[in-house]
Amino acid sequence: MIAYATRRVLSALPIVFIALTVCFIILRLAPGGPFDGERALPPAVLKNLEAYYNLDKPLWEQYFIYVGGVLRGDFGPSMVNTDFSVSQLMGIGLPFTLMLGFTAFIVATTVGIITGMVTAVYQNRWPDYLLVFLVMIGLVVPNFLMANIVQLVFGVHLRWLPVGGYTPGSFIHLVLPVIILSLPQAARISRLMRGSMIEVLGTNFVRTARSKGLGTRLVLARHAIKPAMMPVVSYLGPGLSYLLTGSLVVEQIFALPGIGKYFITAALSRDYGLVLGTTILYMVIILVLNLVVDVIYAWLDPKVRSR
Amino acid sequence: MAGITGKDAVLTRYADSLATLEAPKGRSLTQDAMRRLVRNKAAVASIFILVVVVLVAFVGPYFVPWGYGQVDWTAIRKPPDFAKGHYLGTDQNGRDMLARLLQGTQMSLVVAFVATFVSVTIGIVYGAVAGYFGGKVDAIMMRFVDIMYALPYILFVIILVVIFGRNPILLFVGIGCIEWLTMARIVRGQTLSLKEREFVEAARAGGASPLTIIFRHIVPNLTGPVVIYATLTIPEIIITESFLSYLGLGVQEPQTSLGTLISAGSGLAEALPWMLFAPAIMLVLMLICLTYLGDGLRDALDPKDR
Repeated sequence: MIAYATRRVLSALPIVFIALTVCFIILRLAPGGPFDGERALPPAVLKNLEAYYNLDKPLWEQYFIYVGGVLRGDFGPSMVNTDFSVSQLMGIGLPFTLMLGFTAFIVATTVGIITGMVTAVYQNRWPDYLLVFLVMIGLVVPNFLMANIVQLVFGVHLRWLPVGGYTPGSFIHLVLPVIILSLPQAARISRLMRGSMIEVLGTNFVRTARSKGLGTRLVLARHAIKPAMMPVVSYLGPGLSYLLTGSLVVEQIFALPGIGKYFITAALSRDYGLVLGTTILYMVIILVLNLVVDVIYAWLDPKVRSR
Repeated sequence: MAGITGKDAVLTRYADSLATLEAPKGRSLTQDAMRRLVRNKAAVASIFILVVVVLVAFVGPYFVPWGYGQVDWTAIRKPPDFAKGHYLGTDQNGRDMLARLLQGTQMSLVVAFVATFVSVTIGIVYGAVAGYFGGKVDAIMMRFVDIMYALPYILFVIILVVIFGRNPILLFVGIGCIEWLTMARIVRGQTLSLKEREFVEAARAGGASPLTIIFRHIVPNLTGPVVIYATLTIPEIIITESFLSYLGLGVQEPQTSLGTLISAGSGLAEALPWMLFAPAIMLVLMLICLTYLGDGLRDALDPKDR
């Protein structure tokens, strides 16, 4: 088990490194720079700025300086938010994004598994039709559109919940963002769970369990849930990266202080350090989460471990 | 002697009828799948609606009295007005919403089809090559796919679009280049099992080159999974495109797409609700139909669940 986890960690490290390199090259090949503005800076000022940020050195040298810094845990200064280093900005945004993401993840998984099971058990009866319809809505309505609708309904007309923004420790500010973020995930998980549960309910061991007189609940709890969960567990990894992508939108729409908001503004203003920093951060989060999911999967299914 | 009992006549008639009668028809797998698809009411309705949407989006603009970039100075921010020909009202610049909606639908559809085509092509070639050659080639190629999977792809699209300007062609290709990963995995898995089959062995024994075997013998056998996955990719690409447009990184004015329209309408939904409703309904309608169609195709082509 530990050997398996170690092998996965070691194979993930080069991925981060390659992606960092690709990102670095793409960013520097691009036209425009962090100091372009409405009015051009005086050449002397520009020269000093570029010298300060090492931008006047050859590209390969900048690359090694940057990688060296990252290895020491220093992501360099932000070139647009000049009062902050990239690490400081990410330190502000990361806890929020993680909290939002994990809350949504738990909500989505719970809701998805439960609705998936209910629809499978009541297959082709009215609870199934109703829930499958709702799941379809959650699946196809893009989250930015859904966000606008709930903002209008619950924020503007009913005035039950705040439309956006966040004050630390406030719970009600998180209700709408978490709903919007978890809805598509819950829908996907529910569809997976319904499909696999219907399949499992048709197997011989479930029939055996039924025929020896177990009630539906006991059959589900003791026999059907674990095998039916397998596709859901393997979806959780990609699902998490969907969640982080989604948090980009949700943070933008609800004006929340996470790293997604920094990423978009940084990309638009060519803040090299901040773009690279947030990209690395996203990658590391996704890789770590994928790793955790793989380890759980290996624990559930011993066949995976030996591969 | 012939004809006494009439036996010969009966037999002759029977032989004639056999000769003229067509051989009893076997149903091919495709016909089987079509029958299952036609029996699926949701899928048939979706096909019908999608055909109507495509026709309206591409032919409709010729029948709308206003152009999508044309400003009507007498009707700015007006609700639907049938007398003037603004059937869906006008936006804050006095442009006809119906014309803009049709143009936006057109743009979203074009982006979706081009990007799907790009992603399916890359995915098939990549997956088939990796699966057919196997061994080290396969290991390296699929490792690369794993790497790409681990990356937050939307970040790359945003970086690309921000950097190389808002060029619609780049948008198509950029989205397409990122959506091919799952396709490649599916195709590789299928190829791995197909290449062990007898017809591939026969082709190899006949001296066909690896490329010929891949494209003449393996790829045609992948039609089922490819069609299913492509149908399910289209809505994903439409959502990605509208998301980028929503962030202001998509199509540029005066051209528009459904995402741009929704983004413009959402800010004004309190005052000018018709600006949000029409594009939102259109987008959701298309996405629902494509999802039902994809599900229907999957059930029809891959009937292992029944």
